[in-house]
Amino acid sequence: MANFESGLYYSESHEYVRVEGEFGYIGISDYAQHALGNVVYVDMPEVDDEVTAGEEFGAVESVKAASDLIAPVSGTVVEINEALEDEPELLNKDAFGNWIIKVQLSDPSELDNLMDVEAYKKHCAE
Amino acid sequence: MEKKTCLYDRHVALGALMSPFGGFIMPIQYSNITDEHNAVRQHCGVFDVSHMGEVRITGPDAERYVQHIFTNDVTNAPVGQIYYGMMCYPNGGTVDDLLVYKMGDNDFFLVINAANIDKDVEWMQQQMQGFNIHFEHQSDYYGQLAVQGPEAQAVVEEVLGLSCAELKFYTAKVAPSGAVGGTSSSIIISRTGYTGEDGFEIYGSHEFTQKTWDMLMESGRCKPCGLGCRDTLRFEVGLPLYGDELSADISPIMAGLGIFVKLDKPEFIGKEALAEQKANGVAQKIVGIELADKAIPRHGYPVLTPEGEVIGEVTTGYHCLSVDKSVCMALVKADYAKLGTPLQVQIRKKVFPGVVVKKKFYDKHYKK
Repeated sequence: MANFESGLYYSESHEYVRVEGEFGYIGISDYAQHALGNVVYVDMPEVDDEVTAGEEFGAVESVKAASDLIAPVSGTVVEINEALEDEPELLNKDAFGNWIIKVQLSDPSELDNLMDVEAYKKHCAE
Repeated sequence: MEKKTCLYDRHVALGALMSPFGGFIMPIQYSNITDEHNAVRQHCGVFDVSHMGEVRITGPDAERYVQHIFTNDVTNAPVGQIYYGMMCYPNGGTVDDLLVYKMGDNDFFLVINAANIDKDVEWMQQQMQGFNIHFEHQSDYYGQLAVQGPEAQAVVEEVLGLSCAELKFYTAKVAPSGAVGGTSSSIIISRTGYTGEDGFEIYGSHEFTQKTWDMLMESGRCKPCGLGCRDTLRFEVGLPLYGDELSADISPIMAGLGIFVKLDKPEFIGKEALAEQKANGVAQKIVGIELADKAIPRHGYPVLTPEGEVIGEVTTGYHCLSVDKSVCMALVKADYAKLGTPLQVQIRKKVFPGVVVKKKFYDKHYKK
């Protein structure tokens, strides 16, 4: 069974944002890592890259297939989770504890377009 | 609407991830691909491959007919011998790759790819004129299981009571249905597979196939394995998949499978074109490429020169489970097919450097 963490913002494509001040930590939900199976590679952008809400910023690869990562919010990448370069399976072990990129939010009002945990649970049950 | 194999309900009950493949709804994985892959490499796994097609060719001209449509040479074969080869179009393009079992004099059992069943049967029937043969399409009768891995022989003998120790690689026999029983008074068992490991493929009625599956599951000695790991297993030992490394546009010569094309045979469909390709070379070839990075090349991704010119595309790629490297097979211009040639693969927005290597990324462990 997938875990759901409250206090995060979720997108329909199963990314989450954890907001801390002007920054957002973006990752994939526990539901998403379950659906993907063993993660073997995470394709991440570079620091200073711009990401745009609704657009692809990287990919998570399981053995069988690549799944695009879609930015839930817009911003500038200020940090990537380098641990995932050597240990992509961290996403399977703890998806919420292992964010993928940290961005400086360019438009915090975009968070209003995302789901809270209760809405996201319903989305996953559909 | 996809067809179901006779084991569909069992796959669903095991919680398998089911997905369309070759006109069937098939199990892709039961637990996860990596565990299933490793079970076959290290112990034993069983695959439902009942989607594969079967055709029986008998009659006075059966051998002459098989020789006509098949690139390999079955003349003077002992009963029980199996041949791998292709059916080709007159231009050398591949209709399908298949196994031909010699079951008796002028009696052959052909095993074809699920996705090609309709096309193959139509093609084969179009080539029958002038041959006195009986053509029987048996795909709906046969279920098929592949028991694969270093412990496969022990599992087949001890769990199923089917004697198979004496079967040599690429031979088959008709056998009593052993401890399984069922409606099949006899079944076909062969030492063949598509994993690079020792193993057996067992053909019988649906009832036999269901009972066999249940006995294997109850024994606990054999992990159910889906088509996901079937693809990673065949890929890393360099075995082609029709639709990836072989197609109407990719001949066996282009795919590097010339060893299965017997140009010294007097005649077969495609011979002239394939002989010309072998003599004068081909424009494109299937190669192996190993990447320096962990990024994963997938089917259809562009292959480029170091200068950035597109010279081909990936046919199959994975992060190879047995050797922990990102590798692929690709169809590239023949000028770039030499071992050691530096090439690049474009993966999404980035290009990753690689080098042409042998197509076999992991050694086969057949028992011959």
